Amino acid sequence: MIKMELRKDGRRFDEMRTIEARAGVVKNADGSALFRIGDTVAYAAVYGPRELYPKFLQDPTKGILRCRYNMMPFSGAGDRVKPGPSRRSTEISLVIEKALLPVLSLEEFPNAVVDVFIDLPQTDAGTRCAGICAASIALADAGIAMKDLVSAVSTGHVNGQVVVDLTYDEESAEGEVADIPVAFMPRTGKLTLLQMDGEIGKEQLMHSLELVRKACRQIYEIQKAALKEKYTFNGESDEE
Amino acid sequence: MGLSVKDKEIVVPGEELAQGMDYLPSYGTFRDGETIVAGRLGMVSAESRIIKLIPLAGKYLPKTNDTIIGRVFDVTMSGWMIDINSAYSAMLGVKDAVPEFVARGTDLTKYFSFGDYLVTRIINVTSKNFVDLTLKGPGLKKLGEGRIIHVSPHKVPRIIGKQGSMISMIKDSTNCRIVIGQNGIGWVQGEPEDELVAIQAIRKVEDESHTSGLTERIKEFLDRNKRQ
Repeated sequence: MIKMELRKDGRRFDEMRTIEARAGVVKNADGSALFRIGDTVAYAAVYGPRELYPKFLQDPTKGILRCRYNMMPFSGAGDRVKPGPSRRSTEISLVIEKALLPVLSLEEFPNAVVDVFIDLPQTDAGTRCAGICAASIALADAGIAMKDLVSAVSTGHVNGQVVVDLTYDEESAEGEVADIPVAFMPRTGKLTLLQMDGEIGKEQLMHSLELVRKACRQIYEIQKAALKEKYTFNGESDEE
Repeated sequence: MGLSVKDKEIVVPGEELAQGMDYLPSYGTFRDGETIVAGRLGMVSAESRIIKLIPLAGKYLPKTNDTIIGRVFDVTMSGWMIDINSAYSAMLGVKDAVPEFVARGTDLTKYFSFGDYLVTRIINVTSKNFVDLTLKGPGLKKLGEGRIIHVSPHKVPRIIGKQGSMISMIKDSTNCRIVIGQNGIGWVQGEPEDELVAIQAIRKVEDESHTSGLTERIKEFLDRNKRQ
């Protein structure tokens, strides 16, 4: 095993790809966001809280969160992605929903629903993490009661070298690879998502979780800045 | 100890607002141990020991005594269901709407029918967000012809202005009758050209609500577009 100084795309092992985040990109939505990490681009649009029909889906004790994750047909690296829900996108939708639920104060709008639509026009691995980051900005932008934001990024190892934010090339590299998407609540430092593809040793796992914690803090600052940028001018009003 | 943010600062969910037990959490905030944390996106208001957030985004939340504009979307046996631009619909009972005696089984569409817009006041909001409306009170009525506009519910105080200064300036200049509900639905009625100017002025207030010297600019805008 050769220890390289830099990764194939020139990044350090604990370095993420370039990140861009913006709030309020979809005019018609109640809240929306763009989150770009390298060549992975995620749009999230939030509608609601609004009335939920059919009525039997309503929960009188709390509101309901619905997420839809969707890769656009032209988004992949090669083949066309078949549009519409698939086994993979249904699972990721559910996983994103579970990652966002712990921060939402859904009891504030019983019987209602919040819809989150995540669309990816361009993908290069790390889509569920980008989707979670975008969705959490969009939910805050929609003014929904939340206890925290959620920041997510992937970690893992490529042939024994622990890295954060894997690209598609790294994920599909020959040899032993582990891809671990992680989502954090930055304030409490609690995990809301931890999945793994591949195999990893205990020490490597602990090391990668340490790296990803630091990376998520950086993402959190970017998310925060995106939201503040949109609203800062509303700051000084002299009404009432 | 003390405040972690400045008054009128924009905060995001999860941001720390204050440390220690000297401060009390109010609307939009919660306490986690010794810290007070933002529970939504908003602007900090910390004038006393009480810290609250003024929401800057989000759907309209029904509040008792708000005057709002709603649309009739259903007629039931005992009243009307009103769409109030919120996550919840509201109920207007016959007793709260019509002064005369209404016999049981009367066809209620003869008073208000589908698609009618009403200026109403919220008399009660339950914990389950059932909203009760009334039509009894000054200025509460069914709206006739005119234009319906939608604005952000959070900009309504700015559009109305201090003691209604902004809205009455627009009314006087354009000779329009204007009602803006707290839920962000507005109604404008006048000569068609005047209506357009009034709506443009309202949009201008909404877009530039954060800037200072807005009243002068709106005044200038209205003077420029005034019909002779």
